[in-house]
Amino acid sequence: MAIEYMGLSNIQGPLAVIEGVDDTFYEEMVTVTLDSGEKRIGRVIEISGDKAVIQVFEGTSDLSLTNTKTKFMGEPMRLPLSKEMLGRTLDGAGRPIDGLGEYFADEVRDVNGQPINPVSRDYPNNFIQTGISSIDCLATLIRGQKLPIFSGDGMPHDDLAMQIARQAKVVDSDDEKGDKFAIVFAAMGVKHDVANYFKKSFEESGVLGKVVMFLNLSNDPVVERIITPRCALTAAEYLAFKHNMHVLVILTDMTSYAEALREVSSSKGEIPSRKGFPGYLYSDLASLYERAGIIKDAEGSVTQVPILTMPNDDITHPIPDLTGYITEGQIVLGRDLSLKGVYPPVSILPSLSRLMKDGIGEGFTREDHPDLSNQLFAAYSKVEDAKSLASVIGEDELSDMDKKYIAFGRAFDEKFLSQGKDDNRSIAQTLDLGWELLKMLPKSELDRVSDKILDKYYKREK
Amino acid sequence: MANTKGQIFGINGPVVTVKGSMSFEMQEMVYVGDEELIGEVIGVTKNSTIVQVYEETTGLRKGEPVTGTGGPLSITLAPGIISNIFDGIERPLKDIRNLSGAFIERGLKVNNLDEEKIWNVSFKAKKGDYVTGGEVIAVTQETSLIEHRIMIPPNVSGIIDWIASDGGYKISDVVAKIKSGDEVIDVTIKQKWPIKKARPYNERQGIQRPLVTGQRVIDALFPLAKGGAAAIPGGFGTGKTMTQHQLAKWCDADIIVYIGCGERGNEMTQVLDEFSELIDPKSGRPLLDRTVLIANTSNMPVAAREASIYTGVTLAEYFRDMGYHVALMADSTSRWAEALREISGRLEEMPAEEGFPAYLASRLSAFYERAGYVTNLNGSEGSVSIIGAVSPQGGDFSEPVTQNTKRFIRCFWALDKSLAYSRHYPAIQWLNSYSEYIDELTDWYRMNVSHNFIAKRNKIMAILQEESSLMEIVKLIGADVLPDGQKATLEVARTIRVGFLQQNAFHKDDTYVPLKKQDRMMDVILLFDRRIRQCVEKGIVLSKVSESGIADDIVRIKYSIGNENIEAPFKELENKINETFDQIIYEREK
Repeated sequence: MAIEYMGLSNIQGPLAVIEGVDDTFYEEMVTVTLDSGEKRIGRVIEISGDKAVIQVFEGTSDLSLTNTKTKFMGEPMRLPLSKEMLGRTLDGAGRPIDGLGEYFADEVRDVNGQPINPVSRDYPNNFIQTGISSIDCLATLIRGQKLPIFSGDGMPHDDLAMQIARQAKVVDSDDEKGDKFAIVFAAMGVKHDVANYFKKSFEESGVLGKVVMFLNLSNDPVVERIITPRCALTAAEYLAFKHNMHVLVILTDMTSYAEALREVSSSKGEIPSRKGFPGYLYSDLASLYERAGIIKDAEGSVTQVPILTMPNDDITHPIPDLTGYITEGQIVLGRDLSLKGVYPPVSILPSLSRLMKDGIGEGFTREDHPDLSNQLFAAYSKVEDAKSLASVIGEDELSDMDKKYIAFGRAFDEKFLSQGKDDNRSIAQTLDLGWELLKMLPKSELDRVSDKILDKYYKREK
Repeated sequence: MANTKGQIFGINGPVVTVKGSMSFEMQEMVYVGDEELIGEVIGVTKNSTIVQVYEETTGLRKGEPVTGTGGPLSITLAPGIISNIFDGIERPLKDIRNLSGAFIERGLKVNNLDEEKIWNVSFKAKKGDYVTGGEVIAVTQETSLIEHRIMIPPNVSGIIDWIASDGGYKISDVVAKIKSGDEVIDVTIKQKWPIKKARPYNERQGIQRPLVTGQRVIDALFPLAKGGAAAIPGGFGTGKTMTQHQLAKWCDADIIVYIGCGERGNEMTQVLDEFSELIDPKSGRPLLDRTVLIANTSNMPVAAREASIYTGVTLAEYFRDMGYHVALMADSTSRWAEALREISGRLEEMPAEEGFPAYLASRLSAFYERAGYVTNLNGSEGSVSIIGAVSPQGGDFSEPVTQNTKRFIRCFWALDKSLAYSRHYPAIQWLNSYSEYIDELTDWYRMNVSHNFIAKRNKIMAILQEESSLMEIVKLIGADVLPDGQKATLEVARTIRVGFLQQNAFHKDDTYVPLKKQDRMMDVILLFDRRIRQCVEKGIVLSKVSESGIADDIVRIKYSIGNENIEAPFKELENKINETFDQIIYEREK
């Protein structure tokens, strides 16, 4: 089947069209060889009669209608997989770029993956301690969850993701050497410095040997970005479900990914929906995010922490909006907190972990955790009310109760939210800290806590 | 008729163009490609036929065959449906797991229902009976909760020429022969029905009774009728799915059809796990024994997402025909609408609002109109109630799916982000929500709960309404400067919000509250309202009331008083409230 087709019939943006193709299939891989000898890869994204539309990953610059030879590979996009990938750096399409040569593939898999049968899923309820109070107490990360960080330009989402990666106890306590822990890191359109920061941090914390990095930097081909998270997740699934490892996947930045998708879609002349994004953005994002989870037939797990920068800090922008509908919660970073110098600037009211309710409380973290977190949320939302009132009538005019809330809010930002980049708090420390803050409020205000818990923890003095 | 055959000409995502035959029918089910993927004809032109494929199309080649089945996409209706979990086109996911492991492969051939299982059938009809469509001729115990009534297919009638005797049968076995004119029709236990066609009934009835859910904000403020349709719109994180789960667990329908349409895989797993463990309080059996699950998670093929809604409602109608009250939860109809949009975009149809196709409204209405309280063909009564979640983009209710849905439902439970942020659950915003069923249900509440249930409900709504206008002022100048009468309103409204509207789904008593207790809770709150106003009239400062802590007692009713034998503790509390206020007034007058 090694027929090579000479030339192209049309080039538009990242897409090339070939006519006279008889034997190709949907999503088949192709290689395009230029006269200069340069090879590029692409994939068939539409077939109409004898016309095939090819998405060229490295872009179409230098291509002309006559200077190419195109070969159809007879298989969909596949990624060679091996445990040797750990510690390696690959490009956005899964080719090694660290100069260490090819690795020996144990198997190859279609990067598109297949949907996990809901019947085969194990419902995630294992608490992951990240050592970050705001996350552990209020938006708890659960093993097998997909919990994105909604951030904005100039906010410390990279630091936070790194801190989670460093401190997260994804593993059971019996695995002391960390043999069963791995990180898959996929960079999509991020700056060179950012990729370097992650690499350096992995190195410094001594986990680089446990990391597979897929790098598509901001000057790398845009279309390649579409395949990068798929390669990363295929590697994660392989490590988790074949080698029973607990894999933490960091995807950054999903905004660049979605924009790449938009670029390809508009080149294809598709009818856009909101803000020019294609109508299938939801399904497409879901095909990535839904690849997190735990299955019954294997011991490993895939936990995803995607990072996305909200354009103009707008949470209703299609990318964060659709992401929020698919993922199991979100950690939202707040510009105002960040400006005040609070790190990590987790804006707790819009942050949420949907799987938290089944992974906290007695037998998981501590019995008071559910009530405490509810109460902190409720109290903090009153702080916001008091603050907005204070901005109108001034803080001095507030009622005594509102003043107490303002004081509580301040202490909360300073003591609970703020913590050092190396500060690794245990869940007990975090919860005790929460109670300490609640003691600033009178008991009658604590209407989310059951009497039993209240008696036990509210009264308890140090 | 020989099956129509054609060849694949073009492929674009789930949309495949077929050439080579002109005789495909609209909405005919077809097998696509060598792997025989399931598809449906959605467009026919002189030159080509357009097919949407219910499975991933990766790997399909031009020239592969497309074969027609001669009929529309249909599902199998027979015992074995309840407590099962299906994909969007009624393929059992457990069987798929046995075939392909943890991941779903393409082109799998599985039976819709277990064809080998022997059901113990006892027959009701006898030879020589004249039967018409829908008539129950036999029954079998499908699960511990559901008796499956085997019916004559809707379009068949005649005299029973032969009928099997009681015993064990498979669903494909012929159990009766019906003589209709010169023809003899074999009746099997199973039936086939096209999913896009509503099953016939005899007559639609009016609204008569509520679907009791045990959720206070719904039952007391915005009740849904059996046979009605409701929408739950809300941005992400506002608790749509939680609310749907609560309704699926506790509502007083006989059967629940739960459709996870384009939502998270883990949520379906959670429903499966939780419903197998949770015990139905009325019957003492697992909730799964009355539940059917349909899962098309967001990473499963998009065309099957469109079908999943129809599959679900067809199953619901089938059980309605047996005389059951069925509640159908669709989470989320927005994903279904987006599936329509995606397919429409691939067909290059002219879009209407926000890229949605122009037929969005008519599809939505066709779906919601399949809800209803009816007299069935066999004379029994049954109902299908539809509760559809809507996920508006950016939480903005003015988007097309929410707006069009609003036209076809009569009960609107608007979820609110700021309530959810302050962890007020269920986050149903009382000011934007409505139920048009209240008038029709007033009589039922009068007869079955208490004579002035709706009057009390209206009073509560009025207080909440007043609070909201007062809050406008409070936001500007603070609560301290309000006159005592208005402060009293705020205090009462607070007890309503915290003590009545907020409900704890994780508390063993509070997760389901019987109507009788809801009624008594309203009594107590309104008593508090009357007495606090009395204090205001007498010029007593309100801090006296708040110091007494009586409001906290009211707020804690949901935990302090259980669901059974409620009369004594409620009397006691009412006495306590009266005594407290008597004391306050006595001290003042002294």
